Amino acid sequence: MLQYALKRAVLALLVALTVSLICFLLVNLSTDVATAMAGEGATAETIDAIRHQYGLDRPLAVQYFEWLGHAARGDFGDSLYFHTPVAALVAERMPTTMVLGAAALGFALLLSIPLGVIAALKPNSWIDRLALTIAVVGQAMPTFWFALLLMYLFGVTLHLLPISGGDTWQHFILPSVALGYYATPAIMRLTRSGMLEVLESDYIRTARAKGLRNTSVLFKHALRNAVAPVVALAAVQLGFLLGGSVVIETVFALNGLGYLAWEAIGHNDFPVVQAVVLLISLVYIVLTLLADLANAWLDPRIRIA
Amino acid sequence: MSNHAATVDATLTESFAGPSPGELLRRRIRGHAGLLIGAGVLALIVLMAFAAPWLAPQDPYAQDLASRLIPPLWHENGSWVHPLGTDMLGRDYLSRVVYGSRISLLIGFSVMLISGVIGAVLGIVAGYFGGRTDLVVTYLITVRLSLPVILVALTTVALAGSSLWMVILVLGLLKWDRYAVVLRSATQQVRNLDYVTAARAIGCPTWRVIAGEVLPNVSSHLIVVATLEMGSAILLEAALSFLGLGVQPPAPSWGLMISEAKGYMFFSPWLISIPGLALFALVLAINLLGDGVRDVTAPEGRS
Repeated sequence: MLQYALKRAVLALLVALTVSLICFLLVNLSTDVATAMAGEGATAETIDAIRHQYGLDRPLAVQYFEWLGHAARGDFGDSLYFHTPVAALVAERMPTTMVLGAAALGFALLLSIPLGVIAALKPNSWIDRLALTIAVVGQAMPTFWFALLLMYLFGVTLHLLPISGGDTWQHFILPSVALGYYATPAIMRLTRSGMLEVLESDYIRTARAKGLRNTSVLFKHALRNAVAPVVALAAVQLGFLLGGSVVIETVFALNGLGYLAWEAIGHNDFPVVQAVVLLISLVYIVLTLLADLANAWLDPRIRIA
Repeated sequence: MSNHAATVDATLTESFAGPSPGELLRRRIRGHAGLLIGAGVLALIVLMAFAAPWLAPQDPYAQDLASRLIPPLWHENGSWVHPLGTDMLGRDYLSRVVYGSRISLLIGFSVMLISGVIGAVLGIVAGYFGGRTDLVVTYLITVRLSLPVILVALTTVALAGSSLWMVILVLGLLKWDRYAVVLRSATQQVRNLDYVTAARAIGCPTWRVIAGEVLPNVSSHLIVVATLEMGSAILLEAALSFLGLGVQPPAPSWGLMISEAKGYMFFSPWLISIPGLALFALVLAINLLGDGVRDVTAPEGRS
């Protein structure tokens, strides 16, 4: 187990380094940073001065390792637009996005696991069809449009919930539902198919043959095994949800990382953009690492392969 | 006598052999409602895109500030002049929705081509050769999955300049992961089958084994992934345009139309519901078609 964990951790570290290189190149290859920083109508001298002042005239490799060295110590430089340290800015916005991501995942799990299990227990029943419809609709629904519809229905027409800002927990309900619905189809399909597979397995037949009560078979034997792959998927989905938060936070004016990234992109605030992209990627890498380790711990076959 | 035997033979063959594989496939297609509905709606939208100049009652770009925010037909103030009403610049909404289908389909299709080629090549090469090649490709997939697509796309498009082709290029270069994952495992499954071994044994060059034996046998997976990914590319473009960093005004992109109408949604809700419904219908049709193709080509793999 330790050997597997070590191997898996080294891989995660390599991926993280590659991702950091991409985050760095993403900005430096898409545009000329000095020209963009100088703004429109800047003279060639101004651009040159900026290039020199920020060290942008040095080779890219030198700039990258300097940036990486600082980033590893949590120093992402100063924001060009907000004029505060990027790290402080990110730390301030991070909790909002984490709460949103966790609440969205919570909503998705609460909706998809019970529905997926019932759908598997009663294939082709009305509840199976309902689950399938929810999944098919969820996959085709533009997230931002669903968010606007929720806003219109619950905020404007029914006056039940606030639609803008993030002051109270009620402000998080609509954004979490809008974002969580996006993760629902995949989790529901996996729960349903996993449950169907487990229910046909020999140990379930044995458990039934022993005369165990139905609920005991379902919850103690079947569900535990069917849900194991869902844990890994949930970790992956949480990573996607953090990335998708840029859309939802913009719609609901929630002051999180996604909204910060959107503002930063609009204002050519490169240090902030790089930090947010890197941070969300790192969260994803750590989540998938933890999910893999959890799965290997639960299922010895993975460690040996 | 021999004639009689031949007839019996023919009847026997017919009753025992059952319908041909092609006939079975056609039967499965006819029995699959989702596939038929998806293909039908998609065909209608494609037709709409091609026939846009004849279907659209007016120029989708023509502004008429005197007739701004006219409600659609089913409202009491609606009129046949603008069946779906007009937007805040007085542009005919039906014409914009009709022309918008061209943008969505063009983006969906082009992104599918670019990412499909990249992902299919990576996946098949990794699955066929295995070993180190497989390790490298798996590593690339892991790195790609770690990057948040929408944030990376937003950043790149914003910095390199938003345009239709930039959106297509960036999404095409980002969305190859699912093709690679699916085709890698599909290729691993056929790599050691007898007909592939036989092709190698008679001395076929590697590229011919891959193109002639492997590719046709993983193509049903490719078609399914391509369909579903086309839907997801269309949704991504809409999201980018909605955030103001995708297709630029005055182009009638459905995502951009929703974005432009955001400020008017409380008094003129049809401005966001119509393009949203159009997007939803298109992606739903594409996904139903993709799911249907998967069910029909591999009924045992249904989940």
